Amino acid sequence: MTAPTRYNYKVVHQFAIMTVVWGIVGMLVGVFIAAQLAWPALNFDTSWLSFGRLRPLHTNAVIFAFGGSALMATSLFVVQRTCHTRLISDRLAAFVFWGWQAVIVAAAITLPMGLTSSKEYAELEWPIDVLIAIVWICYAIVFFGTITKRKEKHIYVANWFFGAFIIAVAILHIINSLALPVTLTKSYSVYSGTVDALVQWWYGHNAVGFFLTAGFLGIMYYFVPKQAERPVYSYRLSVVHFWALIAIYVWAGPHHLHFTSLPDWTQSVGMAMSLVLLAPSWGGMINGIMTLSGAWDKLRTDPILKFLIVSLSFYGMSTFEGPMMSIKSVNALSHYTDWTIGHVHSGALGWVAMISIGSMYHLIPLMYGRRAGAMYSVKLIDLHFWLSTIGTVLYIVSMWVNGLMQGLMWRAVNSDGTLTYSFIESVEASYAGYVVRFIGGAIFFAGMLVMAYNIWKTRQLALANPLPADDLIDSNVQGAHA
Amino acid sequence: MSTGFSWFVVVGTLGSLLTFFLILYLNRSTSNPGKTTGHSYDGIEEYDNPLPAWWFWGFIITIVFGVGYLLYYPGLGNFAGLGGWTQTGALESDQQQADERYGPIFAQYAAIPIDELVHDTAAMRMGRRLFATNCSVCHGTAGTGSAGFPNLTDSEWLWGGDAEQIKTTILGGRNAMMPSWEAALQDEGVTEVAEYVSQLAGREVDPTVAEAGKARYDMFCVACHGPDGGGQPMLGAPALNNEIWLYGNSRLRIEESIRHGRNGQMPAFAQRLGEDKVHILSAYVKSLQL
Repeated sequence: MTAPTRYNYKVVHQFAIMTVVWGIVGMLVGVFIAAQLAWPALNFDTSWLSFGRLRPLHTNAVIFAFGGSALMATSLFVVQRTCHTRLISDRLAAFVFWGWQAVIVAAAITLPMGLTSSKEYAELEWPIDVLIAIVWICYAIVFFGTITKRKEKHIYVANWFFGAFIIAVAILHIINSLALPVTLTKSYSVYSGTVDALVQWWYGHNAVGFFLTAGFLGIMYYFVPKQAERPVYSYRLSVVHFWALIAIYVWAGPHHLHFTSLPDWTQSVGMAMSLVLLAPSWGGMINGIMTLSGAWDKLRTDPILKFLIVSLSFYGMSTFEGPMMSIKSVNALSHYTDWTIGHVHSGALGWVAMISIGSMYHLIPLMYGRRAGAMYSVKLIDLHFWLSTIGTVLYIVSMWVNGLMQGLMWRAVNSDGTLTYSFIESVEASYAGYVVRFIGGAIFFAGMLVMAYNIWKTRQLALANPLPADDLIDSNVQGAHA
Repeated sequence: MSTGFSWFVVVGTLGSLLTFFLILYLNRSTSNPGKTTGHSYDGIEEYDNPLPAWWFWGFIITIVFGVGYLLYYPGLGNFAGLGGWTQTGALESDQQQADERYGPIFAQYAAIPIDELVHDTAAMRMGRRLFATNCSVCHGTAGTGSAGFPNLTDSEWLWGGDAEQIKTTILGGRNAMMPSWEAALQDEGVTEVAEYVSQLAGREVDPTVAEAGKARYDMFCVACHGPDGGGQPMLGAPALNNEIWLYGNSRLRIEESIRHGRNGQMPAFAQRLGEDKVHILSAYVKSLQL
């Protein structure tokens, strides 16, 4: 058997390419709206280009288009390789790819038009929600169907995480999006008031927990040991932190609604469980980073490994920051400030994007019949690594400074109890941070263009010098060869 | 919540925490540390290493803290918590403390008439801060207003510019209602009235059209805006015989006002600020004229 018949790499290749494409698009929109916050005239007095419409386009594009494509590419790749079997159905896999792309295109059209359900990270209107549910269930059938016909006795840990992510996202999406349609483009949520808010943040927080954490931990559990060529540090740790992570995450949503009309007991439970979530979250970081023990020297020469390991550092940092921000007295300062945006992006840029990028550099050369990680230029991967890291750090630090400053300005009082600053003064003071954030985002975005070029050249190289397909050989020889 | 649901919450919450504890406890050691488990997935092996001790104990500590937190604060269904803390209770006690501490500072000015208070530098400094926090969002940092939100530094007052009138406006809020005249006037009528209103403001207009507009004005508009367009502070009806336009001075905006009407809303601040602060704030607004 040759490689193309043994595994379905076509759908993996398609999703991998779209990961880069949607990464570029989504981040470009992000950079643009970051510029709007510093220079509001950039909305050009056009409703289509206004911040309120482009912001959900940015979040949907980076989470579901970029992140979603990365998750689908890697999960469908990993499930085949670790189960030693081909996907259960090529046609269903193709439907998942084209269906998901249709969802993304529909989002890119309707959101700038102002068609929205107004639920954060679930803004798409009901016909698109229905399409998402259908595509997602097909994705689940392809994934779990492939697991059932595996040639290995056990199911590898990466697949547990992918599986939990697929099941949980289906439940979250369907329950949160329940709505009464009025017209083709307008619907009303079946929930109202505080219940609506709680369902929304049960969804919102677990979109972070299952889409952006569990799913990407699945990526981590395959690509880190593979790229480092080391056994996973602790099987036991992966069992314990997996079950703890998926069981505790679903409790943490209420910490988004501290000091609101949410009942006191719900807020308390949300905070307590968010603190308990710290250790399960860190379990993944420990297992990933400790996998490298005995092979630390590889970090000097392998920028793909640098992407993977630094993403774990950002993951550890933001999963420490999250529980701290869920403490009510900290939240009283941090909530509604730019600190939250900084926190999200230390996860989104530092963790989600960097581990996706690292895994794509490992995986994409395989799609062109080259060795894993054998990109056109190792130097360009290294350049991309530094652009990503510097961009992320600029972004996070500027938002920390802005967030703390806003929180402190809002609560500063004079000797007579009046507020020291009006709101607009805190906006004026945030200008410098907004400019730095724009620069950080632009640098990160530039890295994505470097990546696209490197992939293009890799493809050309592969077409010019076809190498023997290596996916039947256990790809022990790693690393890029420029 | 019902007793049944309360127990559901208690059992669910504590049961989950107990389960996490048991998962940890039962997995605290492994049989072959430093060896692999013997499986290999696409070449990936796994060590049978135990849980790192610091991680294990860190996890236990957060569980213990979580249980303690839920016992002290309200968190277990209907159980109020040992500390007796509630969100509304905390807010009320904070507000009471603030009133006790800061109340006298404002109260010392309550007896001074507003027209005198405008010359008190310390009071005006406080007034500026109150204005910045409570009023500037609509009326602008300098009180110069914006479309739909009156300029407080010019000579026109919709509801009267005396000290006491200003105070009444802030305490109780105001509701101004300009009805829509689209149905009564039709397109032609809207144009004619707009022409006449422009004439009242002193603009150059087509006399014939304005004349036709005057006839309609005298029928529909005169009751509130007065025969000479002088306005009526009792109703918050703006004067039309000057170049001060609340909703914009272009012909388009004037016609829009006539066609669709306007709804001006000033919220009431009596509850939010209390009379003493509003007294100082009124003096500050008055001082914008000086």
